[in-house]
Amino acid sequence: MAENYEPKILAFLCNWCAYAGADLAGVSRFQYPPTLRVIRTMCSGRVDPLYIAEGLVNGYDGVFVSG
Amino acid sequence: MDLSKCTSCGDCEAVCPVELESGYEEGLATRKAIYKKYTQAIPGTYCIEKTDTAPCKLACPAGINVQGYVQMVKVGNYKRALEIIMEDLPLPGILGRVCPHGCEDACRRCSVDDPLAIRDLKRLAADRFDPREIEIQCDPERDEKVAIIGSGPAGLSTAYFLARRGIKSTIFESLPEPGGMLRVGIPEHRLPREILNKEIEIITNLGVEIKTNSPLGPDLSIDDLKNQGYKAVYLAIGAHKGIELGVPGENVNGVRQGVDFLRELSLTGKTEVGKKVVIIGGGNVAIDVARSAIRMGAEEVTIVYRRTRTEMPAFDEEIEASLDEGIRINYLAAPQEIVVEDGRVAGLRCIKMELGDADSSGRRSPIPVPGSEFELDVDQIIPAIGQKPDLSCLEEAAGLEFSRWGTIEVNSISYATDYEGVFAGGDVQTGPWTVIGAVASGKEAAESIQRYFDGVDMVEGREPVTLDDPVYRPYDKEPVKHRLQMPELAVEKRAGNFDQVELGYTEEQGQEEAGRCLNCSYCCDCELCVEACLPGAVNHRDQALEKEIDVGAVILTSGTDVFDPDKLEEFYLYKSNPNVMTSIEFERILSATGPTSGHLVRLSDEKEPKKIAWLQCVGSRDQNQCDNGYCSSVCCMYAIKETVIAQEHSHNGLECSIFNMDIRTFGKDYERYYERSKEQGVRYVQARVHTISEVPESRNLNLHYVSEAGEIIEEEFDLVVLSVGMEPAKSAVELAGDLDIELNQYNFVKTEDVSPVTTSKPGIYVAGVIQGPKDIPHSIMEASAAACSAGSDLAAARGSLVKERIFPEEINVVGQEPRIGVFVCNCGINIGGIADVPSIVEYAKSLPNVVYTEENLFSCSQDTQEKMVETIKEQKLNRVVVAACSPITHEPLFQETMKDAGLNPFLFEMANIRNQCTWVHSSEKDKATEKAKDLVKMSVARSAFLEPLDYLTVGVNNPVLVVGGGVSGMTAALNFAEQGFATTLVEKGMELGGSARQIKKTWKGADVGSYLDELIGQVENHTGINVMKGAEVVNAKGFVGNFETEVKIGDLKKTIRHGATVVATGGQATETGEHLYGQNPRVTRWHDLEQNLEKYPDAESVVFIQCVGSRDESHPYCSKICCTASINQALEIKEKNPETNVFILHRDIRTYGERESVYQKAREKGVVFIKYSPERKPVVTEAGDKLEVKIFDPVIQREMVIETDLLNLATAIESSANETVTSAYKLPVNADKFVMEAHAKLRPVDCATDGVYICGMAHYPKPLDESIAQAQAAVSRAINVLSQQSVAVEPIVSQIDQELCIGCGLCVESCSFSAIEPEKVEGKGIRAKNISALCKGCGVCAVACPQQAITMKHFNNDQIIASIRAGKSVA
Repeated sequence: MAENYEPKILAFLCNWCAYAGADLAGVSRFQYPPTLRVIRTMCSGRVDPLYIAEGLVNGYDGVFVSG
Repeated sequence: MDLSKCTSCGDCEAVCPVELESGYEEGLATRKAIYKKYTQAIPGTYCIEKTDTAPCKLACPAGINVQGYVQMVKVGNYKRALEIIMEDLPLPGILGRVCPHGCEDACRRCSVDDPLAIRDLKRLAADRFDPREIEIQCDPERDEKVAIIGSGPAGLSTAYFLARRGIKSTIFESLPEPGGMLRVGIPEHRLPREILNKEIEIITNLGVEIKTNSPLGPDLSIDDLKNQGYKAVYLAIGAHKGIELGVPGENVNGVRQGVDFLRELSLTGKTEVGKKVVIIGGGNVAIDVARSAIRMGAEEVTIVYRRTRTEMPAFDEEIEASLDEGIRINYLAAPQEIVVEDGRVAGLRCIKMELGDADSSGRRSPIPVPGSEFELDVDQIIPAIGQKPDLSCLEEAAGLEFSRWGTIEVNSISYATDYEGVFAGGDVQTGPWTVIGAVASGKEAAESIQRYFDGVDMVEGREPVTLDDPVYRPYDKEPVKHRLQMPELAVEKRAGNFDQVELGYTEEQGQEEAGRCLNCSYCCDCELCVEACLPGAVNHRDQALEKEIDVGAVILTSGTDVFDPDKLEEFYLYKSNPNVMTSIEFERILSATGPTSGHLVRLSDEKEPKKIAWLQCVGSRDQNQCDNGYCSSVCCMYAIKETVIAQEHSHNGLECSIFNMDIRTFGKDYERYYERSKEQGVRYVQARVHTISEVPESRNLNLHYVSEAGEIIEEEFDLVVLSVGMEPAKSAVELAGDLDIELNQYNFVKTEDVSPVTTSKPGIYVAGVIQGPKDIPHSIMEASAAACSAGSDLAAARGSLVKERIFPEEINVVGQEPRIGVFVCNCGINIGGIADVPSIVEYAKSLPNVVYTEENLFSCSQDTQEKMVETIKEQKLNRVVVAACSPITHEPLFQETMKDAGLNPFLFEMANIRNQCTWVHSSEKDKATEKAKDLVKMSVARSAFLEPLDYLTVGVNNPVLVVGGGVSGMTAALNFAEQGFATTLVEKGMELGGSARQIKKTWKGADVGSYLDELIGQVENHTGINVMKGAEVVNAKGFVGNFETEVKIGDLKKTIRHGATVVATGGQATETGEHLYGQNPRVTRWHDLEQNLEKYPDAESVVFIQCVGSRDESHPYCSKICCTASINQALEIKEKNPETNVFILHRDIRTYGERESVYQKAREKGVVFIKYSPERKPVVTEAGDKLEVKIFDPVIQREMVIETDLLNLATAIESSANETVTSAYKLPVNADKFVMEAHAKLRPVDCATDGVYICGMAHYPKPLDESIAQAQAAVSRAINVLSQQSVAVEPIVSQIDQELCIGCGLCVESCSFSAIEPEKVEGKGIRAKNISALCKGCGVCAVACPQQAITMKHFNNDQIIASIRAGKSVA
């Protein structure tokens, strides 16, 4: 594995909490790796297992669901 | 701040030099003078804290913004410091050396330690940046010319300020070199000539011509100048003529005037100096002469001064320096005669003086001491007792008036003389004064001259500013830090040269010294924020506006202050020990956004504490150390919360102890929280700590207390948290006074139990802690209740001020190919400063379906929005993507823009490339750009699949149904009816009144019986209320705005259609089998005691037992009202017969808020309170006619036996709500069967089901006033819905395709909002059906459906999968 390997992560964030939290991380200027791709959903319950599979099939190294 | 322009980017904050303690962080961290209240603040815009003009600026004759340039020096921005200085002063390096610095005398730092070295900081700025390089803004040049006579500070200043006004001037100087007294009055060791020459250049660089050797006189008169075309003349000839001593021998060789001595020395570099020199005088000239003489080789230099050092007008530092240099000062001596030999000075005869009474200058006048004459051996005498103007050149000038001191008379504001067009200033007008005074007069004269040219009143609006009672930043917590000494040339190196003595601060020294500034005005007006703010939101000239608003009602919600333990420093050590902190400060330590980012550490040593003590009731329930006799209601609960969170944040285990008198967890679900904390190891110590002492070195705290069992204990803690109570805010008390509202004994706003939010003044209502200490849910309830009361007053005007916004007709885009427009925002530098916006725009162009791209500086600005509307129309866009900040804050704004352009708002999509990209990857610019491109790609891909959605509207029925006819239900019904909403009140009993029927009076003494009779009468007689008694709700269906409820009366069933429901089914006291209840007639429950008191009028003793079947497994909650109720009854017994022995056996007395006063009163009246624990409950037995109660008294550590006639039990209160009602409206109940609110803190009267509201004891046991407030709150909340014709249903809802549905019911089960129900479909059996009005758009049903028969609008599979696939190109 390459030394500076950074896994690419697909994130599903709930509009009401985790997505707002990610915004707040920005306001607070918290720094984190730039390999996260966020999709906003109205609830983490909206995340169909199909989407997780779709993410993995499309080459993401991990899928993060937060809500 | 212009809130509409601020984008909360924080660029202003980054450049602000002023660091202040952060109020939000309780002073544990700092913030800038321009700041955002806190990270999550809404609106998230910045604001500036400013108060009155700082005293240094007020003290400066030229009005220089001292605080501003001091802050600039602090941050090393010398250029900006000079720009600020030169706004009011053209000679920074000169004044930085010779100014008498009145500002330093005014500096508030004098009250802390020493004044700030303001002058030296000004000099540092001018030493570090060449003031000639400062760009001076000048107005366009005008035609008029001005002649200025004299090139001293007044003349130079006038020329400078005229030039800035576009007015050209010529300076006529009599001497061969310019500078006036600056050049010929101040020796070089104080003011190097290169500095003087450099700063004169500042003025000549503006086009000012200086003609030297051009004295006013026979060859050049004022009239000549006017004839030469000078429209105005400014006289600034200074005061260069020495005043004579008036003693014999003054005109002989060896006597020289001080000013003449200095002038010759300055202009020629040499002058005659004797061996033994005496200088007469005590001003700066005397010192300058003395220090010059010693440099020129005089062997003995003596100053003769007729008063003492205290009265000496010379600068203190000059006197010190002269003494250092070996100059002697002969105080209290005056010359009488100059001894002359051979026409030369041979000696000076003096006489000793003593000080008499104060003269007109305030100084004590010297009086000769008879017979004290003495002679000094001298060969040169230099008088320096004062100067006056040499007016010989003005003798011919008609129209000038002179004072008796030989100065020119002028108007004190305009500096105009009586001679038309002639102005005067500086020493010639004031007599010898300061350089800064001369500069200030020049500045004013320039203003006058311009006004004179413009023909404007020269005086209007120029009165000096005086501030009565100015507001400044307090300095009481400022640590002592002494002024830094200015480095000086060593005394031994000063002889024989005029090298500068004061060497100036180094940059480090200057920045440290500037850091001592108290920032009296908060904001320092440096205006760096103005430059930093690209959207132009900052305006320092903004003024407070007074507006008159026409209103029909006022609601006061101005809150309280917290108790300041500073007041009890001797006891709490709060100020002196950093490990004693208030609970509010500790909240910040626990907060992820707080000063330690949520890490549990002590601020004294950054170590994690292992043992923390909370001290309860600091500033509450305390009439000894403070006057706050009430309980603050919230502290027990927040202390417990803090223990629980602190334990979560601790890495190595944390011992938490709460020292308390009683633990008062009386709110809904609070008791369970308390019990859980005990399980987690929180220790509760019932003791009041009597002494706190500091452990040396560790700075831990030793708490000394007496345990319940009487042991004296000393225990060490790492941290002590003071659970501080609430106090009425001073400002709120003042406001109440202004509004003429009655306050109660504690200064909270006075209200009555039966009208809890109504003040003594009609039309003014109150909510929250200004009315008395309370928690958040209760405050919010009151806020809604106050809105209801105000709404009742204004019901007739409802909706009359509503304006509707009109949008163009929506374009139908269905069937069109996507035409996507992408707008990429720079957000000033917030995005563009990190990511490469042009390359993102280029990239966007390459994406499928994108037909238009654009880069904006601020996409959200008003003008961009308007342009965007035009672009959408021109380019025929049917999808819009904005790559900017967060949709959470900005999507609604852009959706409005879509509507303005005729597009459905759901055809809009945002890519969050600021909050979730550039802000969080600021050091990885390339990667941030790559990520931003991906985010744009994901949004574009998704947007191609977006579909227009419509807002569904559902008509609203506006009648209301209230279930329950107690006080809560009746209050609600009456308020609805009074506001014009037809109301049905369903009561299952045959009488209205509910449990209040049993209460005689409230704790404040309100007569409940008569109140109830009146209320029942009003309800029953109101034509808008249909009272149904003996009626029960059996079933209900529908949703907000459209309910259908089936009510049964006897055998009759009736269906009621209504728009909202209020559930007020009440509560009741539980039965019990304990303590002989039901077996012995002398044992009663709650209000039954009153009947027993009548039955046994001779009762000598009455015992109350609290918490019977309460706060135990059967009812694991506190019923809130019982302590107050029992104490109230006890007091009544004592009032009737003080001889009756009354005992209250309790677990904790929970007389929260101001109810504490009845507890206090009961103790005063002799009611005996004995605490018991659930492990050792009281035991009741029959003893003959009477009863015997055995109880273990923890204070005396012994079992007691109380013989009593009567025993009354306070049993738990339980909910009367039956399952039919709760299930009819799908209302969840908690473990104790009380109806649950939508949010325990923030939505305390809304139920989980929209359109259903809860109040009174069905929600939780509560006293009458709180039930009434909650009922009013329910009305207010319901009217929000009922007052509309229709309610809009969010379009982001699920949609079932019944063709695909197989009726499995998984979606029905998965929906938490009952928004899907099974439906019988002809020929198909059961199919699922949406009730869109109830749908919250979560999408769980769509995931649950095995048939993929459910589509989540706006978040459908196509849209989400398109985003997933588009984002895969991660590097």
